[in-house]
Amino acid sequence: MTFLIGSITIGLILALLSLGIFISFRIFNFPDITAEGSFTFGAAITAAFITSGTNPAIATILAFTGGMLAGATTGFIHTRFKINPLLSGILVMTALYSVNLHVMGKSNLPLLNQRTLFTWFGKWSDHISGPGRIINLIGWSVTAADLWTLLFCFLVILAFSLLLLWFFRTNIGTAMRATGDNDQMIRALGVNTKWMIIFGVALSNGLVALAGSMLAQFQGFADVQMGIGMLVWGLASVIIGEALISESKLGLLVAGAVMGAVLFRLLVAIALRWGMNPNDLKLITAAFVFLALVLPGFMKQTKKIKLIK
Amino acid sequence: MLELSSLYKIFNTGSTNEVNALQDVNLSVEEGSFVCILGTNGSGKSTLLNAIAGNFFPDAGRVILDGKNITKWPEHKRACHIGRVFQNPFSGTAPGMSIGENLVLAAKRGKRRGLGWGLTAAMVRELKTRVKDLDMGLEDRLDTPIGKLSGGQRQALTLLMSSWLRPDLLLLDEHTAALDPTTAAKVIELTEKIVCGGNLTTLMVTHSMQQAVKLGDRIVMMHRGKIRYDFRGEEKKMMKVTDLLFLFEELRRKDQLDPGA
Repeated sequence: MTFLIGSITIGLILALLSLGIFISFRIFNFPDITAEGSFTFGAAITAAFITSGTNPAIATILAFTGGMLAGATTGFIHTRFKINPLLSGILVMTALYSVNLHVMGKSNLPLLNQRTLFTWFGKWSDHISGPGRIINLIGWSVTAADLWTLLFCFLVILAFSLLLLWFFRTNIGTAMRATGDNDQMIRALGVNTKWMIIFGVALSNGLVALAGSMLAQFQGFADVQMGIGMLVWGLASVIIGEALISESKLGLLVAGAVMGAVLFRLLVAIALRWGMNPNDLKLITAAFVFLALVLPGFMKQTKKIKLIK
Repeated sequence: MLELSSLYKIFNTGSTNEVNALQDVNLSVEEGSFVCILGTNGSGKSTLLNAIAGNFFPDAGRVILDGKNITKWPEHKRACHIGRVFQNPFSGTAPGMSIGENLVLAAKRGKRRGLGWGLTAAMVRELKTRVKDLDMGLEDRLDTPIGKLSGGQRQALTLLMSSWLRPDLLLLDEHTAALDPTTAAKVIELTEKIVCGGNLTTLMVTHSMQQAVKLGDRIVMMHRGKIRYDFRGEEKKMMKVTDLLFLFEELRRKDQLDPGA
């Protein structure tokens, strides 16, 4: 049960990543690979600040800001110098690798025996439910601290989903969605699409960095490699989410991205438990996203062929 | 109102495909005037409209709107003053967003967009009354993604959007060319209603000589990046389709005599 709760917690943390990728991939229509760098960037900033004694909440906010800066850089390179968005992302991601090493000072920074957001919950839980309290949850015993952590992650992701939904319904958010949908039209209606893209990609990477920050605190270390494959991971979550809801309403899409992230994490955790070689994880994720991208078109075609016959 | 002076634009400079899209274009349009721009294919009509709207900057010349020199203004800044409808019915609306959201985007044309709620109840009420005026039964479908509508419906909505806030200048770029004749007629009818009703200063590029004869108070004919004829007042009123056809023939004949011109 601890295993399940842990997986759902990580799933919820990675739902922030999924929301970030949702913005770049679904709103702006380009897979922003900056995410791989900014995920680690968020973790690196948090780890570096926490080990130097900064309040973990502040370290987390700084991670979000750092991610936004990374995203803004990608958006700026893309809009100002007219470099292909994917290439802009690759440039920033590559540059961030060095930046992350500098921020952390080494390739792996442990957070053991440090105050993090999650040690707070441990203490808080001890305070409220009594030290080391074990709760009986439908026949399984789990620690109260784990449950508090899960609840906290759920509330964080709920808050961000609602904020994002609200934002996308405001005047500026509507204009941002229109920028991805039809930039010619929205320019003719007086919107500076360059700023919209910079701001949107910044927002996306801020969320991704926040996911990195929280994951580092949850697992107790930041690693310079931890961002690798995160874009595809996020895409998988977004795609699963879309399959889950199969509707194009904005609120449902955001909810889908969150559910997709949790479900995908659960599937992976279960597969690993069943003995899947962890080394194959990225291969299988990539193959999964490939199939998810190709299958809908393929199925349409076979349907057509059947109709003709 | 609108003042173009010696506007030049060359595409593909220096290559064999060099096109003199605009050559010394001078045009002065008075407030409230409705100008039809006619021309052969590749004569520079759409380029002229794009130069005014700011899709690109001219190589030389000035664009002055309402006394302001907007030659170096980026497109989105000019949009405060200019409403546009494109030739492609899909260009003027965001397909993935609802009718209501598209309209609310237009209701903020050129204004500051902040964190205020987009589709407020008051806004929805206003949308409904104004969409009802289109008489297309769309007022009850404000939540429908605009991509599900037909080209004609989308073009009618784009027209409504471009004039939602009274533009100083309305640019219509062959906005009926992609529509079937019946739909085109409806959109033209709506155009007349909106332009005349609001007494809007309008430039309309068209391929249809019937439209040019029937609508507006001025006809400008372009050929090879230059304005070749300009009829207004009584002269415009007397114009018939046959006259225009004759003029086109004449331009073509002159070309054959002097291909370099």
